[in-house]
Amino acid sequence: MRRICLLLAAIMFYHLAVSQDDLLKELDSQAPKTTVIENTFKGSRLVNGQTVETRGKGELEFIFSHRFGALNSGSYNLYGLDKAAVRLGLEYGITDRLGVGFGRSSSDKMMDYYVRYKLLRQQTSGMPVTITGFGYASVKLAPPGDATTLNDRTAYVTQLLIARKFTPQLSLQLMPTFVHKNAVDKTIESNDQLAIGVGGRFKVSRSVAITSEYYHRLDVKSTNPYKNSIGFGVDIETGGHVFQLLLCSSQRITERTFITESTGDFFNGDIHLGFNVTRAFQLKKPKPKLAQ
Amino acid sequence: MRILLVVLLSVSIHASAQKLSLEKSKVSFFSKAAIEDIKAENYKAASVLNVSTGEVAFSIPISDFEFDKSLMKQHFNEKYMESEKFPKATFAGKFEGFDPSKKATQNVMAKGKLTIHGVTQEVSVPGTVEWMTDRLLAKSVFKVKLADYKIKIPKMLWQNIAEEVEVTLEFNYKL
Repeated sequence: MRRICLLLAAIMFYHLAVSQDDLLKELDSQAPKTTVIENTFKGSRLVNGQTVETRGKGELEFIFSHRFGALNSGSYNLYGLDKAAVRLGLEYGITDRLGVGFGRSSSDKMMDYYVRYKLLRQQTSGMPVTITGFGYASVKLAPPGDATTLNDRTAYVTQLLIARKFTPQLSLQLMPTFVHKNAVDKTIESNDQLAIGVGGRFKVSRSVAITSEYYHRLDVKSTNPYKNSIGFGVDIETGGHVFQLLLCSSQRITERTFITESTGDFFNGDIHLGFNVTRAFQLKKPKPKLAQ
Repeated sequence: MRILLVVLLSVSIHASAQKLSLEKSKVSFFSKAAIEDIKAENYKAASVLNVSTGEVAFSIPISDFEFDKSLMKQHFNEKYMESEKFPKATFAGKFEGFDPSKKATQNVMAKGKLTIHGVTQEVSVPGTVEWMTDRLLAKSVFKVKLADYKIKIPKMLWQNIAEEVEVTLEFNYKL
């Protein structure tokens, strides 16, 4: 009996002793422990390649990408500034996790179409990474070599983008990549090719980040003339724009070409100055999530 | 002994029954600037109110503010509020002038510590408290000066973001 009384007295004093700060602590203990980590990267492109990021629901992003010629192409070509490759692209967020996009590149007059879906999202506890699936098809409208039908000029790229935001500043990403080309020159490459990409970003201020990206092709034929693609960039964000200033070994902009058909050797001076400029437009207002 | 037990039991039950938690809530803010008006809403706040003492605490998860544009939400969390470092805005204080026995709408002053973006300020904000049939409704509208909480606006965007935002709280405590 005495024990029960002591216990009740303790409970009572506990309740009376609950001060304002204890009320806050009580709230903390009720709060959900885990939250989704967002904004692993600023934009949808790391350098040339994709990031895990999807557009928000109802957001349309216009991406203008531009790559100059190689820096080592001499003063006659104004160190590459005379020659430029361009890609114009659009990406739309159907949901917060599902996006579709397409683009047109000037090199080989190429059309590309893609879909991406955020399969898993990194959380403060539990899920350690964000994983986005990326599926892409491209058609070269200009006939390269013997590939005369559109079907022969079509290629597919499937990527699993695996990223982790280690700190608010540092995010790293791994990109296992599978490329299938309907028609290839069998003496230099296979229809099915594998590559593994690594990349990351480091934020130096609230609006500026440094990025880099490298794609290593696996199982490359000894006669293959192409090089592995490498690139570095600076992301600058202002309002609805992300401006990415790049130095990359590839002048080609989309997955199929820069991963498997990159000709430049970065450390031999084949450096292409380039930029991606994105502008976001909110087409649909997200519906407010109602109270629980 | 038995009487003591009954007294203690009733007191301890009574004491715990005086604390109300939220049934539903709405926290919104509005920023009026030359180029664009920005508003956001949050329905995920948590709060506890001790009716007998008037002590109150609330906690608002920053990343649950919903905006008209998803990019605004991204910038709000990444650049201004740094919500990974400072996931919550909190308040711990007391409703001064609160009389729990009064049924009509009453004006109170919420005095206490408001923490936003990791910076704590002593504040005193006016509000109203009203007993409804099945709940207690507390409302407040007040201004928050961004500089007071070390929330920096880039010079380029000063025309887009106001230096002072108006915050509206609507807390429905279940009885």
